Amino acid sequence: MALAQIAEVGNLTLALGLAVSVYVIVAALFSQFKQRGEFFASAKHGIYVVAALATLAVAILEWALITHQFRFEYVANHVSSDQPLLYTISALWGGQEGSLLFWVWLLSLFGAAVLIQHLGQRNHLIPWVIAFIAFTEAFFFSLLIFISGPFVLLAQTPVEGIGLNPLLQDPGMFIHPVTQYLGYVGFTVPFAFALAALVSGDLGYDWIRTTRRWALFAWLFLSLGLLFGMRWAYVELGWGGYWGWDPVENAALIPWLTGTAYLHSVMIQEKRGMLKVWNLVLIMLTFLLSILGTFITRSGVIQSVHAFGVSSMGPLFLAYIAAVLLVFAYLLYLRLDKLQEENRLDSLWSREATFLLNNLIFLGAAVATLWGTIFPMISEIVVGKQITVAAPFFNQVNGPIFLALVLLMGVCTLIGWRRASPQHLVRNFLPPFAVSIVTAVVLFVGGLYDVYGLIAFAASAFVLTTVFLEFFRGTRARMRMYKENVAVAHVQLVNKNRRRYGGYIVHIGVMLAVIGIVGSSFFQSSLQQNLAPGEEATLGPYTIQFQKLLMTRESNAQVIGADLIVFENGKQIDTMRPQKAYYPAADQMTTEVAVRTTARDDLYLILAGWNDDGSATLKVIINPLVVWLWIGFIVFIIGTLVTMLPDPREAKARARVRAERVLVSA
Amino acid sequence: MENPFRFFLACIAVTFFLLTLGASSPAFAQEPTPNVDDQVLRISKNLYCPVCTGVPLDVCETQACAQWRALIREKLLAGENEEQIRQYFIAQYGERVLGAPPPEGFNLSAYILPVLALLIGGVIIFWTTRTWLKRPVSTNTPATVPHIAPEYAERIARELQARE
Repeated sequence: MALAQIAEVGNLTLALGLAVSVYVIVAALFSQFKQRGEFFASAKHGIYVVAALATLAVAILEWALITHQFRFEYVANHVSSDQPLLYTISALWGGQEGSLLFWVWLLSLFGAAVLIQHLGQRNHLIPWVIAFIAFTEAFFFSLLIFISGPFVLLAQTPVEGIGLNPLLQDPGMFIHPVTQYLGYVGFTVPFAFALAALVSGDLGYDWIRTTRRWALFAWLFLSLGLLFGMRWAYVELGWGGYWGWDPVENAALIPWLTGTAYLHSVMIQEKRGMLKVWNLVLIMLTFLLSILGTFITRSGVIQSVHAFGVSSMGPLFLAYIAAVLLVFAYLLYLRLDKLQEENRLDSLWSREATFLLNNLIFLGAAVATLWGTIFPMISEIVVGKQITVAAPFFNQVNGPIFLALVLLMGVCTLIGWRRASPQHLVRNFLPPFAVSIVTAVVLFVGGLYDVYGLIAFAASAFVLTTVFLEFFRGTRARMRMYKENVAVAHVQLVNKNRRRYGGYIVHIGVMLAVIGIVGSSFFQSSLQQNLAPGEEATLGPYTIQFQKLLMTRESNAQVIGADLIVFENGKQIDTMRPQKAYYPAADQMTTEVAVRTTARDDLYLILAGWNDDGSATLKVIINPLVVWLWIGFIVFIIGTLVTMLPDPREAKARARVRAERVLVSA
Repeated sequence: MENPFRFFLACIAVTFFLLTLGASSPAFAQEPTPNVDDQVLRISKNLYCPVCTGVPLDVCETQACAQWRALIREKLLAGENEEQIRQYFIAQYGERVLGAPPPEGFNLSAYILPVLALLIGGVIIFWTTRTWLKRPVSTNTPATVPHIAPEYAERIARELQARE
């Protein structure tokens, strides 16, 4: 088959994808309004067909990328023949057109997965769910067909492609977009169920229970997306940090914040039948902010290092968001009478009340981040002034909000459901409070004088103590009750209540990450110095001796490195080589930092420049405690996985609900 | 301590005590006079690339930023201090060389809106919880008390005892 024909097949696949998606919407709605079951069956088949078509489109594009079909504009722009295969594969999500196709592909697979999950079950929400998924698929197919086509052919075949942006040629960037998109796209499923619940009027806890794992899955991948993004920034961007409050980073953080608020507040609906409207609003916000995140990343609307292209997608994205918002608001208004709270608040000293506060602060952080992200645009529109809103702004505004969040994390755990008695409160508060005071005093005596640092570390100690006490009390009870030894009691404690203790493990992970963040952002020290061969630079306990410059050649880059010997307190501990790499195809320079990690700090070395006389300019950074950020993330992920494990009690509850349904219908 | 509010007040008092202790403590010891390269790093860290939005000058890879860093170096060698150099860049390229907009005029809304959002949210929560608390107790009592098998009730009692 000629290349032109293959491109035609690609375009045809997209057009069919759009057509079938529209058909699924119509058939699913028709089946509901006219009570025609056969149309529902047909709509379900349509969802599978869309998945097959999107898979075919992805396969065609991947084939073109891997076999270097440079006549494809997308291939010519994102692949070069000397580029490693790994990054040729990942070029699929390295550019705008490809990543939009990747988005709709994931969604089509999720749509099929939802159907497979409910095979043989009668769930009256499903027709509405697939109608909404198909609507979203149709939107993305439209973008691919009318705005940003991946199968556009060039008039002439270029000899060589431009290649993937060298900054993206890193294992972290291979995995980061995938996890990020799994998270973004994943939230479509819980929102589709929320919308279906609104349409059908069945507004109990069912839609949340059905999508609990989907929401956790999406949230887990958003978290992983943040992790890999931060890790990539840390090792590849070479500025000594992992979070720059870049618009695209913010776009990933904002839905994570609202999603986290959602995961907490649904517990109140589950346990107490309250906050029904609020939970619907939260999942709507999380979904739309995921869409906005995709848009910000891929449109270049806000200038940022991530935005590699500018296109006319803006109005379409805004129209989609406005349409979803309008339909949601209208349905919510229709159903308000069905969304009465089943319970009232017993006391302000209850888990429910602290969760409200938790939601307020998560939302506050989301608003602050979103506002700061779009403020440069607003300033330019309103007063015509160009300004920068970067790290100093966000640290100033979000810093206190996040500190409040950390404190609340400890308080929430200590206050029980419904109503906490004063005696209980005091007994629960005293030990962690004592530990946090002792921590602050010890750090102060040890020479740590930064006020915010002290408060943040004391708060972390508070939260960690509350969580450890929870484990301690639970384990002790088990050891007494069942005569288990310490290890077995711990495992069984978590095993018997996976959601609760999984959540605590997540909290431990967050606190470890907080310790890493506070350490590395409040106590970072740095030094820049020009060194001739043999000269030394000293920062903190480390002395770095510059040996010589070294030129090497890699497959698609020229690399220059500085050979260094590292001494700690006068003793030689290591040799390190920070590098700069020049990619001729893209005419771009990247920084390859050298990092030496210990539990105490990271020694982070950057080759900032070099001179003809053989001297080198080195940037030396000490990032205290930063390794705990990564460890915290790993603990966090383990905790999330524990909460996602099938829970025997949940299965029992589901069986009961099913049995009740059968009894009622009989 | 019967009253949890008093206990919280005590907690807050101790926190403030620590805060003042921290604030009045001696500042970090002065580091030895830094070399010029290091001073360039320190100044450019707090300025933002006027071309690529949101990237601090000290890490920006563009040619323009390299020239600006060289300019800072020249000015330092000419005896200018950090504040003078900062003012020079603001005069040349506008407020966008700063990482946070100076809180004046329209820029104020950047700082006020998040606080306002938190306040409004707080008021809404306060107002809602008050109406929830005011509602009659009877709505809270479930229509039917769930039946608990005697062996479970006994086990719950036992486990509660074990926890005490």
